[in-house]
Amino acid sequence: MNHTPVIEVKEVHKSFKTVQAIRGISLRIEQGQFVAILGPNGAGKTTLVEMIEGMQNPDKGEITIENRLWKGNELYLRRIIGLSLQETRFIDKLTVWETLRLFASFFAIGKDRCQEVIHLIGLEEKRKSYVVNLSGGQRQRLALGIALLNSPKILLLDEPTTGLDPNARREVWSILNKLKEQSLTSLILTTHYMEEAEQLCDYIVIIDHGKVLKEGTLNELLGDSQNDIPIKPVETRKITLDDLFISLTGRHLNE
Amino acid sequence: MNNRLHNNQLYHLIMANVKELIREPGVLFWGTVFPILMSLGLGIAFMSKKDIVVNIAVIGKNHLVRTPGDSTSILRSFFENNGATLEKSKDGTLLRRFIVKDDKLGNTIFLFSDLTWTKAMVLLKRGNLNLVLDENMGKVQYHFDPKNPDAQLTYLKLSKILDDPVKSVVGAGEEIKPLTVSGTRYIDFLVPGLIAMGVMMSTIWGVSYTIIETRAKKLLRRMVATPMKRSNFLISLITVRMALNFVEASLLFLFAYAVFGITIQGNLPALIMLFVAGNIAFAGISIFSSSHTSKTEVGNGLINAISMPMMVLSGVFFSYHNFPDWSVPVIQLFPLTMLADGIRSIFIEGAGFTEVAMPLLILSGIGSLFFVTGLRIFKWH
Repeated sequence: MNHTPVIEVKEVHKSFKTVQAIRGISLRIEQGQFVAILGPNGAGKTTLVEMIEGMQNPDKGEITIENRLWKGNELYLRRIIGLSLQETRFIDKLTVWETLRLFASFFAIGKDRCQEVIHLIGLEEKRKSYVVNLSGGQRQRLALGIALLNSPKILLLDEPTTGLDPNARREVWSILNKLKEQSLTSLILTTHYMEEAEQLCDYIVIIDHGKVLKEGTLNELLGDSQNDIPIKPVETRKITLDDLFISLTGRHLNE
Repeated sequence: MNNRLHNNQLYHLIMANVKELIREPGVLFWGTVFPILMSLGLGIAFMSKKDIVVNIAVIGKNHLVRTPGDSTSILRSFFENNGATLEKSKDGTLLRRFIVKDDKLGNTIFLFSDLTWTKAMVLLKRGNLNLVLDENMGKVQYHFDPKNPDAQLTYLKLSKILDDPVKSVVGAGEEIKPLTVSGTRYIDFLVPGLIAMGVMMSTIWGVSYTIIETRAKKLLRRMVATPMKRSNFLISLITVRMALNFVEASLLFLFAYAVFGITIQGNLPALIMLFVAGNIAFAGISIFSSSHTSKTEVGNGLINAISMPMMVLSGVFFSYHNFPDWSVPVIQLFPLTMLADGIRSIFIEGAGFTEVAMPLLILSGIGSLFFVTGLRIFKWH
């Protein structure tokens, strides 16, 4: 893994009217690193991702991607970022293939890459199906495929498996694991699922009320917390990420 | 070259919009078939000489039928002396049928029903009666809303017939000389209005609503997170809609030409330029009206608020000179009025570039102004 930071978030603040959504968050993400951002609803996950993807400007602090600020580098940065948002709906009456071709045209990418992507996301059989006729899992795979079209250096996934059944979720994980093996793409993933963070990510950042509460690898997080988390004397199980999350925020992740 | 075109984002955006349109049968029906059906229905309704049926309530006893010992009745004498047939309606009400034949205006059938005042008022409120008659002191009295043009016309016709049945019925309409000059029929007035209305409705719904829906689906935000040129997104929407409007207008014209013999008497290039200017005007208004909201319910309201007043006031179905004099200069400033008047003047008055230069410039100006203002406040995500 290359240790050069691909994304650097430095002491970033963001407020909306009277709400302070982000209060001084710093992050450093290296090439090929998969990072999970965990937090309950309203923690500031989406705002943080929106600032990294250039949709929001920080009030204070700085975000650089490959050492470039968004200002003045928008076109270049849009070319190297792949993105999947929560609940995006594509054009109902376009087929899977046409949707991929449409988004590929935004990057001036040809048919060959679309062919690779449709194979990667396992939707070859649905190539001629209208988007409106796809299941939730298939739509999410399509969204992921679109995010991967430009072979992005940075992939931002905002809750990519929310609302999917366990099988569909595992299909998405399988695609992301293949990507991880290549070590070329850095991933930032926001999620409600602890298991997702554990399965996919090298590094986990827990945030709440716009602040980082704890960050590190899974082992570091659980190892550091061994003595801090109260477990009932009768319990013999190991501490989980869930336990850590509750002890830090006082809430379950999906609250 | 071909490969470059196939990787071109504007080409793909245009093709995506075209496919979305042609794969939605409802869009084609409301945009193409419906205006043709409307022109067919209204054209036939106003062109054929159908019998006009006039329902009249007669209040008071024994005006329809004589019974022994009855006093005299002007109405009863009229029915008996002029061959008004006595019938019973389906609900058993007694009625007299009197027909005025006219091969130019169409026949008028007067149906006089024997009703109580209460029953007559109920039917009048429901719109099932044109007039209420009774007799007082040997005089026929007419009860109707003087502001209702239909009732007023019935009064004029009927009072003339009751005064002088022979003169009114025999040889009626001899002095009427139907005009056969091209462009003077109602359908000649209607079709240009329908073409203008089609441009407005198709553009406002097609551009404005599509933008709002794309924003609501977060698809717009997803698209602008790529290197897609934002202008290409708007250009593709407007181009596809303009092309569809051209097809719709051409089909409507060809239909009106084949069925009603409508022709374009004025300058065709001027008509095309004016048509494009109308499209620019409504495209600009559409971009402006959809610049901010991401709620389709709000979008519905906005689109209706813009299009409905123009549809009613701009002289699509009937002349706006029926509205109060003070409102006419205001109505003439509406883009739909300018477009409908301009198209109409080329269709039926033989107008050319000189006559439509002003509306052409104003429509283009309106479109550009709204487009620029809309883009300044446009919410892309």
